[in-house]
Formats: sequence, structure tokens, C-alpha cells
Amino acid sequence: MASGHEHTVKAFDQDISQLRALISQMGGLAEQAIYDAMKALQRGDEALARTVRKKDKQIDAMEAELEKLVVRVIALRAPMADDLREVIAALKIAAVIERIGDYAKNIAKRVPMIHAEGEERIEAVSILPAMGQLAADMVRNALDAFSARDAKAAAEVHASDTALDDFYDSIFRTLVTFMVENPRTISQVAHLLFVAKNLERIGDHATNVAEMVYFAATGHYLAEAEAGESSGS
Amino acid sequence: MTPASPAPHKMSARGVSVFYGQKQAVKDVSIDVDMDKVTAFIGPSGCGKSTFLRTFNRMNDTIASARVTGEITLDGADIYAADMDVVQLRARVGMVFQKPNPFPKSIFENVAYGPRIHGLASSKSDLEGIVERSLKRAGLWEEVKDRLSDSGTALSGGQQQRLCIARAIAVDPEVILMDEPASALDPIATAKIEELIHELRGRYAIVIVTHNMQQAARVSQRTAFFHLGQLVEYGETDNLFTAPREERTKDYITGRYG
Repeated sequence: MASGHEHTVKAFDQDISQLRALISQMGGLAEQAIYDAMKALQRGDEALARTVRKKDKQIDAMEAELEKLVVRVIALRAPMADDLREVIAALKIAAVIERIGDYAKNIAKRVPMIHAEGEERIEAVSILPAMGQLAADMVRNALDAFSARDAKAAAEVHASDTALDDFYDSIFRTLVTFMVENPRTISQVAHLLFVAKNLERIGDHATNVAEMVYFAATGHYLAEAEAGESSGS
Repeated sequence: MTPASPAPHKMSARGVSVFYGQKQAVKDVSIDVDMDKVTAFIGPSGCGKSTFLRTFNRMNDTIASARVTGEITLDGADIYAADMDVVQLRARVGMVFQKPNPFPKSIFENVAYGPRIHGLASSKSDLEGIVERSLKRAGLWEEVKDRLSDSGTALSGGQQQRLCIARAIAVDPEVILMDEPASALDPIATAKIEELIHELRGRYAIVIVTHNMQQAARVSQRTAFFHLGQLVEYGETDNLFTAPREERTKDYITGRYG
């Protein structure tokens, strides 16, 4: 997608660079929020959990800023072709990153409930970090694909969502078994189930980002491209 | 280069080149134009799009140094054939220019002139019917019906351009060529012309040259991008402006050209 040529109107290039910068900053914050929320969860670190919740406002503010910038670019520059696709993708990706931030915030919110005073430490917590790592990796890879305009990398992120879904199914079964064996822990483990569900949703959103990156880079829709491949046409 | 179409093409160009003396302005261009479709020609100044457009009704014949090679057909008939009646050709393939150029005559006479010399009207009332119908199709009737004897040149620029379109329509053409028909008009007059193109689409094959890419995107179903005399890309307008195949097309439409 990098055309290699600059726009005749230099301010247009500046707008596009600003758009890209905002997306990568937002993405960076969302990725960090997932890591921190999972770290807070593992350690029962409520201070860190509060920080995650506070920082989410930053992501929201950046989304609003990006939205204004996109409206301005469309109104003033009437972008075409790859520029148009990039601007539309940025708008949609920003909304998705904001949602990812919300899920991380939601995980952080559950930390005090899972580590309620006097409750015993739940072993099941230890099986979630690997899933959190995978979800955060998907977000990072999707955003790296955006920075690099890399359709192939975007398609790989798209494909990796299956692994996260498998993770979720496995954790779901493990947690249910755990609850059956330890009925006293049900309210805490129910929170853990939500954490797993949040991570699974983050993966879905990372997949959406990947789809937009693919569209921005190629002008084609990933779902249609894959359907085309499987039908051999 | 041409999107598939079930009907035979209204006009087809095959290997068309245009020379002005030694200089080649259009290089080996092949393209098809269909009924019910608006085809837009875009490209930077001097890319040959207007020159190429003018080969469709032999307007280049009027330029002494211009030479056209290749073949252009209208309903399969070679329009550069020796027995082609050029006056008849230009009635079938009408043209609207960048600057409105009404005759210094009344509004009525501007529209009536063509049908009269082509013998399309058998009586005065017949002629009046053609003038009214043409002005209506050009979206001008309501504005001028009470002052048909006023001079055509007294109208506003946008009205003059619609008068010129009415004049082109009056001889019942099959193809209408428009060479930047709205570039000298304000945004409202431009919007009226674009709306008009939209309404005329079902009746004629329309080819429009425009510098305004948004306009090309809005009014056309197919777009051809010209650069340095070559046809770089020709395709469905929707695709060309969202996902052009050629790097040169992309650079031009995104404002990275030059």
C-alpha cells in the first residue's frame, strides 16, 4: 500500500501520517492494557488494575481525536483508492481498538472480585495467562500488519483466531470442572470465565482489525478472497 | 481492456492513434462505449483524452495537421469510411463543449436549428414540439418556457450549457460526447448538469471528459484513465476509484501524480 510517491498536497501526507501514528499509539495502549490486566489478575495487584481502568480513558480520547481527523480528511481531501481504503480502515480499526481497551478494562475490574480478601488463591488463575498472551499477540500482530500494510501478515492473524477459540473452549471446560470440584469458589471462578470470554472477544476484534488491514492493503475483502480460494476460482 | 457487455457495442475504437503533425497525441487506444452507460475519460492535461474524444465524431477533421489512424465504428460501421456523411455522423454523435457556446440567436432558434437543417420537423408545430421536448429533457424548459424568443446568450452559464445539451439532443443523437461540460460552471449549475447526465443515461451512450475526479466517480459507470496518450486502465468506475489495478492510475487519482 505504501505508494512510494508523495501527494502533491503535502498536508495530505501529514494527515495520513498522523492517522497512522494515532492508530499505532492506540494499539500500543490497548496491547499494554491486556498485558497489565493479566498481570494484575495473576498477582492480585489491585493498584495495577486501577491503572488499567484509568488508562482506558486515554484510548477513548484518542479514538475521538482520530474520528475527527478522519472526518476532516474525507471532507477536505476526498481520498481515493488506497488513501480512501486506509482512511476507512483507520476509522473502523480505531473503533475496534477502543472495544479491545474496554475488554482489558473489564478484566481489570474483576481483579478485586477474584482476589477477594480471605478467599483462597485459585489455581485456575494460572491457566489464563497463556491465553492472555495469545490474545495480546494477535492484537500486536494485527497492528504490525497495519503499520507494514502487510496483507499476508493480516491473513495470518485472521487464521490464528482458531487457536484462541480452542483455548477458550479448553479453559471453559477446565473452569467448569474446577467449580464442580470446589463449589465454594464458584463466584470467583465465574469471574474467571468472564475473563476468558473477554480474551476470546479480544481475539475476534483483532481478527476484525486484520480484515480491515487486508482490505486497506489489497482493495479486496479477506472473507471473499478466502471463499474464492476454497472454491478454486 | 473492456468490461464484458451482452449487447453489441454502440461505438468501438480499435488501435486508434492521433497525430498532430509529427507529434503523437493518442497512442493505439482501443475502447468500447455502450448504450445506457456513462463512460468517463480522466487523466492529466495533455494526456490525449479530449483529442481521443473528438475522434468519435471526427471533430479532428477540422484541424489541418491532425491525422487519425485505426478504426472507430458506430453500430459496427466505420465512421472514417469514405462514404460516411460527416454532418449526419455529428447529428448521431452529438457534442457538448467546456464553455457553453449557444448561437447568438433566440433560445428557440438555438434548439430548432439542428432539427430544421436535418429536416426532422415537417411543420411549425412539429418543430415546436421538438424544441419543447429537448428543453424538457435538458431540464431547462421550466426556466425558459416564457421567454423562448430571448437571446440564448442572455442565459446564465449553467443555463447556456443546458441549452447546448438541449441543442445536441434536438437532432435525436445516439451518442453524446461531453468535453468537460461543467468545468466552467458553479457547483449548483454543475450539480444540475450531473443530474441531467444521470437522467439522460438510459437514452443515449454518453462519454464525458472531466478533470474533476469526484465528478467522474459520481456520473459514470465506467472510467478510462489516460496518461501520455495511452489508455492506462479502463474499468468499472466503482473499482477504478476504490481499488485501481495500475500504479499510475492510483497515483493520479490519489493526487500523487507528478
